[in-house]
Amino acid sequence: MEYLKVFIVGGLICVIGQILLDTTKLTPAHILVIFLTSGVVLGAVGLYKPLIEFAEAGAIVPISGFGYALSKGAIDGVKAKGIIGAFVGGLEATAGGIAAAILFGYIAAIVFDPKTKS
Amino acid sequence: MDNMNNKEYQKYAERKIPKPTYFKNILYAFVVGGAICVFGQIIRNMLFKFGLDENSVTIATSIILVFVGSFLTGIGIYDKIGKIGGAGAAIPITGFANSIVSPAMEYKREGFIFGVAARMFSIAGPVLVYGVGSSVIVGILYLIFTKGR
Amino acid sequence: MAEKRIGLQTVKLSNPPSILGTATVVGPKEGEGPLKDYFDIILEDDMWGQESFEKSEVKIQEEAIKQAIFNANLSSKDIEYLFSGDLLNQIITSSFTARQLNIPYFGLYGACSTMTESLSLGAMIIDGGFADKVVCATSSHFSSAERQFRFPLEYGSQRPFSAQWTVTGAGATVLASSGNGPYITYITTGKIVDFGIKDANNMGGAMAPAAIDTISQHFKDTGYSPDDYDLIITGDLGLVGKRILLDLMKKEGYDLSKVYSDCGIKIFDGVEQDTHAGGSGCGCAAVVFNGYIYKEMLKKNLNKVLLVATGALHSPIITLQGESIPCIAHAVTIDNLID
Repeated sequence: MEYLKVFIVGGLICVIGQILLDTTKLTPAHILVIFLTSGVVLGAVGLYKPLIEFAEAGAIVPISGFGYALSKGAIDGVKAKGIIGAFVGGLEATAGGIAAAILFGYIAAIVFDPKTKS
Repeated sequence: MDNMNNKEYQKYAERKIPKPTYFKNILYAFVVGGAICVFGQIIRNMLFKFGLDENSVTIATSIILVFVGSFLTGIGIYDKIGKIGGAGAAIPITGFANSIVSPAMEYKREGFIFGVAARMFSIAGPVLVYGVGSSVIVGILYLIFTKGR
Repeated sequence: MAEKRIGLQTVKLSNPPSILGTATVVGPKEGEGPLKDYFDIILEDDMWGQESFEKSEVKIQEEAIKQAIFNANLSSKDIEYLFSGDLLNQIITSSFTARQLNIPYFGLYGACSTMTESLSLGAMIIDGGFADKVVCATSSHFSSAERQFRFPLEYGSQRPFSAQWTVTGAGATVLASSGNGPYITYITTGKIVDFGIKDANNMGGAMAPAAIDTISQHFKDTGYSPDDYDLIITGDLGLVGKRILLDLMKKEGYDLSKVYSDCGIKIFDGVEQDTHAGGSGCGCAAVVFNGYIYKEMLKKNLNKVLLVATGALHSPIITLQGESIPCIAHAVTIDNLID
């Protein structure tokens, strides 16, 4: 049941993206920016948190969950440190994923070569 | 062609393009996106069993998913998942990893400074710019509204 | 007086240059396509032992040119001019190829129209009496084009149905002032035509008006009709462009349906090879012409062909600035008989 909720919510978030891709001229890069920023805004107005409580990874794993983590981090940062927190909070909360992407990206670039599509 | 102006031609040409297979694309995006999220949930549940707190679990899950996305990109599988899953592969955080790793790999021949490192964020850079930027604005607005009370 | 000019955009060559030999080199995917038996060299690996896709493309173009000269029973000392171009920035493939060949060189940029642009200029130089033997060549490479114009190879994105597949391959033609044919007889040089299409995933739709403009002007200038040709073939309009061209040419009063084809459609099996709207790139018209069309003309299965290579003259930067795609099409008549 838990996994079914994750599957359906996660899948539906991606479906919204797919519909945008197929019916507009937006590229995947546009979609990522739109979803991330939506996550930030929905997180800020308190609408994303219930979704995460309901579907956990189904709402955390999509990039909108990354946006939620950014805005939650910024708000928590303000609560703890005031104005400084607004600047450090978002990145602090998401630093793990970003640092991992940089490190693994670099390692992958050293180890692997791109292959032609067939 | 003299009897057609630009607008008319653009409309006409648009009609000649085969339509995407909407239903199939949406179904695959749903299945692939849902499956990646379920995979993330499995990792979360395992990490909870190790006794990590909520915050650490969320961070560790994204690190592991980023690793998996990077690895699958490196061995040349993620682009195939993306071709099938479309947004279902792009929107999960594994797709974010794919957007960082793929240009980094691609530009290895141009060197490790101007190639790998400089190109790494050619697709994901905008995501960070808008994400981090908007989060700071959210923080400042929160400060203003809570101070105002 | 330019007495070889007929009509507005066409020249009739008074001593039509003859094709002495051609050569083609193609990548693995092209080598699995419907035209595989017409190519000289089929690569098993599109890196071809080089350390980057760009260097591999240089080797592909260089080998195609050397092989064409060899097939014409000549040596590179005999060649007076090389006309070549490609898709990469500053046409580096062609210039780096010319660096190896030691032949006086004119570098061209006509995007995917380069094959007929080089044939046009090469043929006019010979007919004008400025040279006896020239080589006209062009190339493209899927992976080097993809990274310059689109996304990294390992990036997981979906290609829309109107998108085309850049051909990995090079073709070279040796033209000479005397020979046994086939001959280049007419050249219709295209104007830039731009109907405001901005979608870089719909090249066929963007380029079709340029092809229509050049082909109908060719008929007006020469007095030919579609029935005079065994084959009228565009460079890389693909399935979308083909539909538009046949439809709009009919409205112009020319029924091409019996003689028309497109190199981008011929080179791949769109369903089996999942290439969506078809092949594209400089190499597309180059290998279909120097492989399929040339060999079929030698066998006399085709005797009079109008080759219309089409080019989209844009760049990723100007596309981001919201500009539409200026397009061009150059037509060349290749004839087994001369009067």
